[in-house]
Amino acid sequence: MSPNSETMSIFSPRLAARLDALVQKYPVKRSALIPMLLYAQDEIGYLSDAVIAAVADRIGITELEVRNVATYYSMLRFKPAGKFNIQVCTNISCMLRGAYDLYERFQDELGIGHKGVTSDGVFSLEEVECIGACCWAPAIQVNYDFLDELNPDSVPEILSKYRSAAKSAGEASHA
Amino acid sequence: MADVTFTVDGKKLTAAAGTLLIEACRKAGIEIPAFCYYPGLSLQAACRMCVVRQEKVGKLQTACTTTVAEGQVFITESEEIAQARKATIQMLLGNHPLDCPVCDAGGECEVQDMTFKYGAGESLYAEAKQHREEQQWSPAVYFDRPRCILCYRCVRMCGEGMDVWALGIQNRGVTSVIAPNEGDHLDCEQCGMCIDVCPVGALTSGSYRYKTRPWEMTHVSTVCTHCGDGCKVTLGIRQSNDGSEIVRADNRDKGGINGDFLCAKGRFGFDFVESPDRLNTPLVRNTQGKLEPATWEHALTTAANKLKEIRDNRGGSAIGVIGSNRTTNEENYLLQKFARTVLGTNNIDHQRTADYAAFARALAGQSGKTAGLRDIGAAPAILLVGGDPTQEHPLLAWALRTDVRLNRARIYVANARNIKLERQAKAVLHLTADGYHNLAATLDAGSNDFSKAVLAEESLVVVLGPECPGTAIESLVAWGLKRANVKFALLGDHTNSRGAADMGLFPDLLPGYIPVSTPAAFAEYPGLQAGAGKTLPEMLIAAGANQLDALLIVGADPVATTRMASESLKNTFVIVQDLFLTETAALADVVFPAASLYEKSGTVTNAFGDVQLVKKAADRAGVKSDFEILVRLANAMGIEVKSLVPFSKRGTSADLGQTRGAQAGEADRSAVWLTANNLEPRLSPFDPLAILDEIARLVPGYELDRMNLYAGNDVRTELGATPGFVPVSALHNSSLIAPAHDTLFTSGTLGQYSSALHELEEHQKNDVATTAAD
Amino acid sequence: MPRLVSHPDEVKIVSRRFGMGAANIDRYIELGGYAAAKKCLEQGPDWVINEMKTSNLRGRGGAGFPAGMKWSFVPKQSAKPKYVLVNGDESEPGTCKDHLIFLHDPHAVIEGTIIAGLAIGAKLGFIYLRGEYRYLIEIVEKAVADAYLKGYLGKNIFGTETEFQIITQTGAGAYEVGEESALMESLEGKRGVPRIKPPFPAVVGLYGGPTVINNAETIATVPHVIDMGGEAYAAVGSARNGGTRLFGVSGHVERPGVYELPMGYNLKKIVYEVAGGVRGGRKLKAVVPGGSSTPVLLPEEIETLGMDFDQVGKAGSMLGSGGVVVIDDQTCMVEFALRTISFYQHESCGWCIPCREGTDWLKKSLTRFHAGFGEAKDIDNIQYLAENMLGRTFCPLGDAAAMPTIAFVKKFRKEFEDHLNGKPCPYAKHTEMAVI
Ligand SMILES: Cc1cc2nc3c(=O)[nH]c(=O)nc-3n(C[C@H](O)[C@H](O)[C@H](O)COP(=O)(O)O)c2cc1C
Ligand code: SF4
Ligand code: FES
Repeated sequence: MSPNSETMSIFSPRLAARLDALVQKYPVKRSALIPMLLYAQDEIGYLSDAVIAAVADRIGITELEVRNVATYYSMLRFKPAGKFNIQVCTNISCMLRGAYDLYERFQDELGIGHKGVTSDGVFSLEEVECIGACCWAPAIQVNYDFLDELNPDSVPEILSKYRSAAKSAGEASHA
Repeated sequence: MADVTFTVDGKKLTAAAGTLLIEACRKAGIEIPAFCYYPGLSLQAACRMCVVRQEKVGKLQTACTTTVAEGQVFITESEEIAQARKATIQMLLGNHPLDCPVCDAGGECEVQDMTFKYGAGESLYAEAKQHREEQQWSPAVYFDRPRCILCYRCVRMCGEGMDVWALGIQNRGVTSVIAPNEGDHLDCEQCGMCIDVCPVGALTSGSYRYKTRPWEMTHVSTVCTHCGDGCKVTLGIRQSNDGSEIVRADNRDKGGINGDFLCAKGRFGFDFVESPDRLNTPLVRNTQGKLEPATWEHALTTAANKLKEIRDNRGGSAIGVIGSNRTTNEENYLLQKFARTVLGTNNIDHQRTADYAAFARALAGQSGKTAGLRDIGAAPAILLVGGDPTQEHPLLAWALRTDVRLNRARIYVANARNIKLERQAKAVLHLTADGYHNLAATLDAGSNDFSKAVLAEESLVVVLGPECPGTAIESLVAWGLKRANVKFALLGDHTNSRGAADMGLFPDLLPGYIPVSTPAAFAEYPGLQAGAGKTLPEMLIAAGANQLDALLIVGADPVATTRMASESLKNTFVIVQDLFLTETAALADVVFPAASLYEKSGTVTNAFGDVQLVKKAADRAGVKSDFEILVRLANAMGIEVKSLVPFSKRGTSADLGQTRGAQAGEADRSAVWLTANNLEPRLSPFDPLAILDEIARLVPGYELDRMNLYAGNDVRTELGATPGFVPVSALHNSSLIAPAHDTLFTSGTLGQYSSALHELEEHQKNDVATTAAD
Repeated sequence: MPRLVSHPDEVKIVSRRFGMGAANIDRYIELGGYAAAKKCLEQGPDWVINEMKTSNLRGRGGAGFPAGMKWSFVPKQSAKPKYVLVNGDESEPGTCKDHLIFLHDPHAVIEGTIIAGLAIGAKLGFIYLRGEYRYLIEIVEKAVADAYLKGYLGKNIFGTETEFQIITQTGAGAYEVGEESALMESLEGKRGVPRIKPPFPAVVGLYGGPTVINNAETIATVPHVIDMGGEAYAAVGSARNGGTRLFGVSGHVERPGVYELPMGYNLKKIVYEVAGGVRGGRKLKAVVPGGSSTPVLLPEEIETLGMDFDQVGKAGSMLGSGGVVVIDDQTCMVEFALRTISFYQHESCGWCIPCREGTDWLKKSLTRFHAGFGEAKDIDNIQYLAENMLGRTFCPLGDAAAMPTIAFVKKFRKEFEDHLNGKPCPYAKHTEMAVI
């Protein structure tokens, strides 16, 4: 990258500062890689080629190395997801308590399947492995929010809550 | 480490404590199967094929990670172990295509062999195998994903071995896949090492794939013709319409100085031999001034008559001879002998790529002071002065990297350029372009960290790049000789640059750097001139000034390399022996089509003084070896061939195409020497080994270990080996030295005729261009 | 928000402060927090390790290795820095106990980490949480920052000459990273592929330095061990199994939740009393005692089973991570097996052949089988595959997939056979499988 990459950062000033702090944080710089990727994804939405190049540059490793690592972790993605990524756990504890029905309901309501994104870009759906909420099954995560002890009938309410959140966020950014 | 004794399959074995069980077993002839284990690369324990049973241990253990200790007891083959290996293969074969009949690796595949051995033939699965399209990553490298068994050998070879790191592992679990650094293609050195280590047909070579079945080839181990490192290379040969054809080059014989290594040139750059531009018939300039095909008889007579006429009328000094950096020692030796004894001239030189004369002078009277490649690969410390081994001496670079990686060797780089090997260096000293002169003084002063670190080394190999001028060579060698345990090497650029110098392709030095003025053993040469002849540039100038009537040029293209005006040769009778119609050949009066190094036998000496046997691999209709051309030329001049090439037993005759009476002379001396050395006499004057006998007899340092040489091993020659012998070159002058600075994909004239190398170079250029534009 | 539960049989030690606002540092101190760390600073490392050994506290991450013994393996002298690593990757299906610790009592983890650091002579500790636990990471980060402000972390902790720092780290979705050496790789910014052992982490761990790695619950228990004294803590549990354990009871029970019970507590009582019995009064079919990787137990096998490492081991299963998954008689065990194996197939790091290929073939075979396209020989094949993975893989993930599979086939062969001959799954309506 060019020497003035800082000024052309694809990240917001806040994230750039956070990433700067990250590389200082560990005894070995490379330890910052995974958090960096995750935080960058949180802001940009996915790990675009530009994100990968910028992260490689910050850590001082090749883009290939970044990809080797990034593709290993299932939370990291290389295509945009919806603004709200609905992750339905269907692992054993959730499955025993109706996660498949819950997942099906999400599919029906959203009209998308595993790793699909709604056409308005508000939602994406993912069937995920155990999210550590087994005793409160069935559970889902919407982005990082945990929602638990759900049943299929909770779905419309969840969707409308996030849909209006998306709407007000959209209005706020237009204002 | 101390030796320990342990038991494997009831046999007591001994090995150094800490040796990997798999290695200890292999040394003892007990083969433990392994896909992921590869000697010298980091351990993976991923394939689980090497499982063995260790007494008192619950689970099967991997032999690739188990280190031996006193008193351990192992079983390496049992029903339980066979079952474990069988199951592993069964799981692997679930997805692995069973397309062995059409797989490039069929017959050379480790999975195939293991399936055969452990019998996992039947499929346990009803599911369809996953198919994926094959990918082309570069002109050299193709990837067939379903065949990949994820042994990670390629990834490690590329990263750890080559320091290129162009291959990675992406995704996880069953979707894991080997990936190239540029997404869908490779930006790398195109060495093909990944293909070489791939145990299956997942990585295949662009130049070899689907050309033949492995068992249809014969394999000939010879020496690569490209750079001065002299890798041992195995050529896969298949019979073809016009002789035999090289279909593959690899390093299946890992016993050479290059071990596992081969670079892009060695592996892919053999295709120049098949170039449609190859000369396959002699050419003679006709009365209209045009070169036209001629018979050998006619071409030889034309050249011979002209040479004879000029020699007899104007004297040998009116003839010049230019030799080659790629021809064998025997050919070079014969060429200078031909010049000196048949043409009667010391006007002989070659395009010097490094100042070996200065090197030899600096080392005069010393013995055991030059370092071979094996010495360098095991040296605890190396001072690399100049040179860019990664580009120009890929094997040396490999040896240095491996030495650092496996033996924690320390490399000190002093260079005017930035070179990639700095990544492995313990310390780097950046020099100015003429800084090589002062380096010895800088080191002695010990005033910087670099010098201090170098001075702290107890034993050192000093490797001098070709750009080191003679004065720097002398001062650095003198510096090193003051210290104990210092050895030296000087990097010359082509397969046999060192051999050309050693064999006396100099106007003032005989073979072994013996001055023509004090010829020592060469006094037996009939008609040897005592005065120095002309250097290569002097010959060309003389030709331009109409003072040189004939020029015999073997395997060199001075018109191209010196950028001389073609007019200069107008009035000189030029004879060229070459593979191609080079710029020089195009101006010649007689052109002889010569065989390449892959089409003849003999020996070559690499830059480090390692002498290796060149074996004839391919056959090309119409061409002759330079050796044979010279013998025939001498014969056509009416020379008693035996005085040139000491062949045959006393009194027997040999067939030269026309029968001649045998006479006493050189052959007699040879016969006496051969008998004294328990060697067989040579029966043909075209047998280069006949003259190797003479070389061994006369040239200091070439008393080679024949047993090993003939067995295909590299043997050492020494510079300055004869104590008290002091060569002096009056003509040593750094302006005569022109390093070739070949890259990974260029190789002088030969490289120009290799479409494989061209393609690779283009691929890399385009790649860099697009990346830069991104 | 995860619901807290309680039951009279509980012995609240680790969960003592749950629901009491102890994520706030002052509240934590009020509730007796950080006294243990101070005490350890006074008493010194040998004393700490001794208390830990006496406590019989065994690792809560799954393997149950005695924590005090693990700490004592760390060499006293080391050229490279030593580290403490808290494993909060919690990803074993059926397990959500660390979740509650981070949520309700993050300072217990910090204090435990400090104590472990003192015991082994480390100056730096890492708390690694799975990436999905972002809200918990924020809670822990806040707690760490507060501890710095109080001077409990830093160059001179508690006003002494002793230095100890903590760095929090996030994962990004990978079960295998819970394996200790894979966690170190991940923490070093690499793919979560485990390392060759030996050397073990106590000798060569994070960044090549000696490292103690413990599960978050193990670490959170440490201050309590110090407060109570090792002996008193040991006395709470059963033989060689000191103290209590957070059992996460999930699946078909009336009152799922995380319960803290003494080691050795009877499993049948956990199901029928503590967790309120099988949901809707149904019959019990099976219990997975310690997270998805532990072999399933039949009702008759839990009758007198005490939940500690040794007793569950003797019963042919494992205590694992303490995630008790209860399965009622309406459940298809083939589907359950399939869902279990799908997880391991998805999470296999892919390094070694038997795990990578084995889990994939198990998933494929089970998928087809459950969909009604199975053949009789598939049942044997599934068992054959699992048996040939067992003990042959690079790390225990392969075993974690193989062991439950073998148990499913052996204990529920009849149910497998019921799927043969094109018969649809007798239980489930979801025959087409999820495609993670
Ligand atoms: C595949 C695999 C996944 C694991 N996941 C976790 C985990 O999520 N959390 C955990 O504490 N230990 C996990 N472990 C166990 C750790 O390797 C290690 O034994 C443990 O963190 C040590 O802590 P302890 O002694 O306190 O139990 C896992 C082990 C394996 C083989
Ligand atoms: S058993 Fe092998 S493939 Fe599976 S997670 Fe462990 S190392 Fe990776
Ligand atoms: S060679 Fe040992 S596991 Fe592959």
